[in-house]
Amino acid sequence: MVSTSTPTRERVDQSFRAPVGDTIRERFTQFVLLIATCVALVVLVTLLVDIVRDGASGLSLNFLTQYTSRIAANSGIRAGLTGTLSLMFLVALLTFPLGVGAALYLEEFAPRNLWTRLLETNINNLAGVPSIVYGLLGLSVFVYVLGFGRSLITGALTLTLLVLPVVIVASREAFRAVPREIRDGGLALGATPLQVAVRQTLPAAVPSILTGMILSLSRAIGETAPILVAGAVFSRRADNAPWHLSESYTAIPIQIFDFVKRPQEEFQIGVASAAIIVLMALLLVMNSAAIIIRNRYARNR
Amino acid sequence: MSTVATPSAVGSVPPEGSGKHILAAPRPRYGEKVVLGLLWLCAAISVVTTVGIIVVLFTEAVALFGIPGVSIVEFFTDTAWRPFTDPGSDNFRIGVLPLLNSTLLVTAIALAIAIPLGLATAIYLSEYARPRVRRTVKPFLELLAGVPTVVLGYFALTFMTPLLRSLFGIERVPIFNAMSAGIVVGILVVPTIASISEDSMSAVPRALREGAYGLGSARRHVALKIVFPAALSGIVASIILAFGRAVGETLIVSLAAGNLPPAELPATNPFQQVQTMTAYITQAVGGESARGSVTFQSIFAVGALLFVLTFLVNLIALRIVRRFREEY
Repeated sequence: MVSTSTPTRERVDQSFRAPVGDTIRERFTQFVLLIATCVALVVLVTLLVDIVRDGASGLSLNFLTQYTSRIAANSGIRAGLTGTLSLMFLVALLTFPLGVGAALYLEEFAPRNLWTRLLETNINNLAGVPSIVYGLLGLSVFVYVLGFGRSLITGALTLTLLVLPVVIVASREAFRAVPREIRDGGLALGATPLQVAVRQTLPAAVPSILTGMILSLSRAIGETAPILVAGAVFSRRADNAPWHLSESYTAIPIQIFDFVKRPQEEFQIGVASAAIIVLMALLLVMNSAAIIIRNRYARNR
Repeated sequence: MSTVATPSAVGSVPPEGSGKHILAAPRPRYGEKVVLGLLWLCAAISVVTTVGIIVVLFTEAVALFGIPGVSIVEFFTDTAWRPFTDPGSDNFRIGVLPLLNSTLLVTAIALAIAIPLGLATAIYLSEYARPRVRRTVKPFLELLAGVPTVVLGYFALTFMTPLLRSLFGIERVPIFNAMSAGIVVGILVVPTIASISEDSMSAVPRALREGAYGLGSARRHVALKIVFPAALSGIVASIILAFGRAVGETLIVSLAAGNLPPAELPATNPFQQVQTMTAYITQAVGGESARGSVTFQSIFAVGALLFVLTFLVNLIALRIVRRFREEY
């Protein structure tokens, strides 16, 4: 910065000789930028270490198989774990056909007109709507207007609407990455555009679609705000299952929220962080699966 | 598309001038039209969702102002938020400004953290880092962006708050405060700013950089005076998107920033308990109040305001990004 005020003659010389002062300023800039880059990463590491330190001692098999209790030592997240797995299953079941169908339409069939542009803008805008707003939508439409009440299906539908835009965008990218020649080959052999889309383009895009689906699902199960608003309960002394659609439900993030809000430190720190470890482990497994799928099929292509 | 829709017969002599139909299917495939219709419906769900959000938020919000004793003017101008008593009683006040103020306070703290860190990260990754460093750092940023916000809320309350209290004094920093939540929300949106800004910096044509280097510029001058201005629209868009994300953030603020709307406006002290719009919504739904009550409808009025705010912000950001794309 300082050198810009120096006379032109010197600046020309600098470019050839790179005086020591300028090298130091250059190094300093680079150092500051590097430190700033590291801040976020250091916070991430601190967060992980902090959680493992707080919660590792509370982890045991009992923690997974017991319901929440008034005594911290006997508390577990069985209800939340079964709820999260049920939600995951239902959201996957609903999102896959809807998301892939929408992406297939937009990428392969939609005419380039105002309506399509509107759809695309709309999907991009939906991705930026705060997740709590989807909870409000679920609370009004699914709980009251459609009369589902504060039940598992309400939670699943709310999360489906939340991740659908993300799945559509990811699936569209997957379709776009399929080489043009595959489509042309099918069309040249007399297949209709729909046959080409379903039998050629879709299978070629499935690995990338799966990757996008898993990543969206991992976003869905980490979400708290939408299902908190759409009627998830804090504690439940029964298992959730995907076929218990009209029963009340809870999920791991909801239980974490509840634990952190409790006044007792054993819950606020110990039980909450143990539940966080379980949630993060689940997310880690899902993300690893997504990366493995991506890498395996990227190599084959 | 046209092959599906044209029912001209194969084998018959095509009429003069319509030679392109000779390879068309012999008869229309009605089944395919049904499937295409279904696919169209899938895509249309997104529009239904948007319409649903707008209709729900506004009809439920309007119902709030139909309740006797609740006025829309007070909602936007009154400076106290005490919606839990009977409307009409002296204690009842329903001005959203304290919530809005709290949200903006937390967002301002978050952006004060995230803009310098995010932009520095973007500049470092795009202009300085070796490809290997970039390949290592970017997944970590994605990992940070993928941490559930309830986990970050736990971190804010049980790590950041005690840290701030030991740094600035227990008397000055209450357990619930805007600063702790703001810092963690800031960390949350660093990846948003860093990755979008980095994308737009990487999109700056190489020739611009090489021209500057050819004239003898130092690397920091190329980064700050050539690449940064050229990528400015993308950078601005990333900041706007981060703003939208910070405004809509729920878990961190409801766990760490508290549930007490500030009594004096404007509230600017970062070390005070506040209640953001999103925190109010989570507090009020916890009571499972009946539909039609002030509490229930007020959730939607606050939600509608939140939605309008973030929707406008995203629209502006999208427009800026699109204009920037057309430049190169």
